[in-house]
Amino acid sequence: MADGMITLTIDGAPVSVPAGTLVIEAAKQAGVLVPHYCYHPGLPVAGVCRMCLVEIEKAPKLAIACATTVTEGMVVKTQTAPAKDARKGVLELLLINHPLDCPICDQAGECELQDFVFQEGQAGSRYTEFAKRFNPVEDFGPDVLYVPNRCILCTRCVRYMEDVAQEPVLNVSERGDRAFIGVHPDARLDHPWAGNVVDLCPVGSLLSKDFLHKARAWELDKTASICTGCSQGCSITLDTRDEVVVRVRPRTNLEVNRYFICDHGRMHYRWMNRGDRIEAPLVRSGGELKATDWDEAFEKVLSILRGASGKAVALVSPGASNEALAAAKQLLSGFQWTGAFQVVMGEEAPLPGVPNLALRAERAPNAKGAENLGYTRDYQQALEAAKGAAVVLVLDDPDCSVETNGALIYLGTVLGADAPCRRADVVLPIANVAEEEGTFTNRDGREQRFFQAKPAPGMAQPAAWVLEQMAKAKATARVGGGS
Amino acid sequence: MGFPHKPHPKETVVLSQYFGDVEARSYKGWTKRGGYEALTQALKTDPLAVTETVKESGLRGRGGAGFPTGLKWSFMPKEKKKPHYLCVNADESEPGTFKDREIMRWTPHALLEGTAIAAHAIRAEVAYIYIRGEFTEPWTIMATALEEANAAGVFGSIKVYLHRGAGAYICGEETAMMNSIEGKRGNPRIKPPFPAAAGLFGLPTTINNVETLAAVPHILKRGAAWYKGLCLSNPKSTGTKLFSVCGNVQRPGNYEVTMGYPLKSLIYDMCGGPPAGRTLKACIPGGSSVPILTREETEATLLDYEGVVEKGSMLGSGGVIVFDDSADMVYQIMRLARFYAHESCAQCTQCREGTAWTTKIMERILAGQGKTKDLDLLLDLSENMTGKTICVLSDSCAAPIVSGIKKFRGEFEAYLAGKRQPVMVS
Repeated sequence: MADGMITLTIDGAPVSVPAGTLVIEAAKQAGVLVPHYCYHPGLPVAGVCRMCLVEIEKAPKLAIACATTVTEGMVVKTQTAPAKDARKGVLELLLINHPLDCPICDQAGECELQDFVFQEGQAGSRYTEFAKRFNPVEDFGPDVLYVPNRCILCTRCVRYMEDVAQEPVLNVSERGDRAFIGVHPDARLDHPWAGNVVDLCPVGSLLSKDFLHKARAWELDKTASICTGCSQGCSITLDTRDEVVVRVRPRTNLEVNRYFICDHGRMHYRWMNRGDRIEAPLVRSGGELKATDWDEAFEKVLSILRGASGKAVALVSPGASNEALAAAKQLLSGFQWTGAFQVVMGEEAPLPGVPNLALRAERAPNAKGAENLGYTRDYQQALEAAKGAAVVLVLDDPDCSVETNGALIYLGTVLGADAPCRRADVVLPIANVAEEEGTFTNRDGREQRFFQAKPAPGMAQPAAWVLEQMAKAKATARVGGGS
Repeated sequence: MGFPHKPHPKETVVLSQYFGDVEARSYKGWTKRGGYEALTQALKTDPLAVTETVKESGLRGRGGAGFPTGLKWSFMPKEKKKPHYLCVNADESEPGTFKDREIMRWTPHALLEGTAIAAHAIRAEVAYIYIRGEFTEPWTIMATALEEANAAGVFGSIKVYLHRGAGAYICGEETAMMNSIEGKRGNPRIKPPFPAAAGLFGLPTTINNVETLAAVPHILKRGAAWYKGLCLSNPKSTGTKLFSVCGNVQRPGNYEVTMGYPLKSLIYDMCGGPPAGRTLKACIPGGSSVPILTREETEATLLDYEGVVEKGSMLGSGGVIVFDDSADMVYQIMRLARFYAHESCAQCTQCREGTAWTTKIMERILAGQGKTKDLDLLLDLSENMTGKTICVLSDSCAAPIVSGIKKFRGEFEAYLAGKRQPVMVS
């Protein structure tokens, strides 16, 4: 036995966990999920739903796995008749006032009440001929609706607002079966991190207005990604339905965001579904940008690079992946290179209950990565330099107010009618973050991977691929680069 | 003494000696009657010695659980590293119980003296007396008495505060009470940690009942041996106990008897038994939370912790509710269930939903709309509500249901079979 480790048996399987571990967490280690509602690893223990009752040898009565600490030689049994009966009893009680409106409930399909009733509950109810408790839906905040009828009073939301967000605007109001979650009469659930209560809610009681009736849970494809809302680099899941991103949810990452994301990040996805995308490479011909294929576009870029020497300026988005940024730099190797990015700034909004977690003022996911690759924050100077540069490459920065006498190569997802980049010599359509795979380096220097959630429109390709193709072709042809 | 009646000759009058004696309420009157002598003496004694004396006396908690008081005090950390607290549970809300109210009404200084002694014994700097919100008169009297005692400076360095509840039964549960004092919602806490380790404001705390503490000055003054000698049956239950008798008796009130006293004599001799022409049917011996006893069990019960358990119930808080043959047990049990449904704090699922469901079924039976399966359902539900929650409120709702159905099944079945006039309950 290692130092500070406790060995116990859960459903016959021996497991060693650090001293102080809760039985419910030890059970996870042993591959046993003890059904539970009020327990959440990111919140203080409440022990109120009584769902995780298990049998512990030598204990006088059933114990809740979420509030019992492991002891050496403890024997835990989750599947004995008394434990199963107790949990079945809890499920029956939770359902007596719970409307069976799963068909119109957003939570259906990812509802812990559904799951555990299906797993451990009973088919019928003995709560017959009584009316169910009814309370009207309440508007809690900018993005949160409260459906009290579905509430099982696990108090996760209350504890989250009190201990994690540290803005205790929610409480349990009233007593007994009249109880409901109340919001402070003079307050709204509008904390910048309030949206997490929707994810924390094990049932469909707290709903996101943004996601309301938008999709059924089972229709969603889930892709691991990194939030692009700021430089914190929270792990997220992109939920897509029919190749449209419909929801962003936090993905557990104990090193960065634990179980949470901020509302800014949660809402920062609509642009991923924009319909006004550049779908084909455009090449200037006869004073106009004309759609063409990739080969011709590449040819055009290569010929520009071949014919140019001296200064090259890269104006890039700090939301571009490390791979794209590196390839962009490589493509311009041989020139007198300047690379810069500009960061949109906003208000910083920390989540007090989690150390080093905040919506950062820097609203860019990869500023650190760009810096590591040699791009500077001196955007103004780079714009100045662009005027006299031979080649200017703009990467995914549609509003870039670039002016140059040299050649302008623009890689982007969109191109507005009045955008300065309209006067580019070549426009190359690229994928956005949801359409490609890559890495971002967050503000703490942590490099994190994101994956492709949906296909890119038309002929758009990941910027990294586009730039690498050209850099490879350029190297093979040994062209360009003045020297 | 069954104030306002004269004390019954069979009573052992210790705590209730001055019930009805208005003069004993004042500091002056209390000191004239020997008050605060025990405290003065205790403050000069080593805390451990005081605890030892109380341990020897065999005094057990009078709030309901009957935990040995001296032992409870000795759970406080031996080595004092943090401030200690004493909480006095004066949130007497158990239906059928009204003993602490009388102690506070007539002998507020007895409680204050006991409080200060206990605070000294557990080395607490601060004591909170948590008084039930509805106790307006006791509150006023206690506040006056505290003012007088503070003016007289009898507490030494110990600070005593009164804290008023807001009318929640659950705040009589010790951990809920601590939350309430802290200004939080009165929800019971998970144990462990136990209060002696992390109680009020997270610091070592002892919680004692009013009656328990009121007995402490007497123990110190007259000696542990004297108190231990007050015992008629099981030597584990010593001293005197106040019983609040209510319901169908001729002289309801508080009666103080020695531990081990027969319940039959309490009801018939002291309280005059049921009204003329009626007979005893049932009795709840320890406040509404304990199982109901039949007439036979009642008449054979000795009033001490072990004696009542032996008959299948609990001594609890000593609130004796007597039913005569005119009582409709189904209705009475519905009333109890309704009380618990109203007072459930809503934390635990079994309690929040279970108490309300139980009440609905009971109401349905009374309304003549019960189903044949309802009794089994009630029993199954009660089983689900017993021993599975944070505190025992849920168990308390189940206890009268289970014992009621077991012992008075006929009455339930009469409703189910339509043989009884339905009772309209709303």
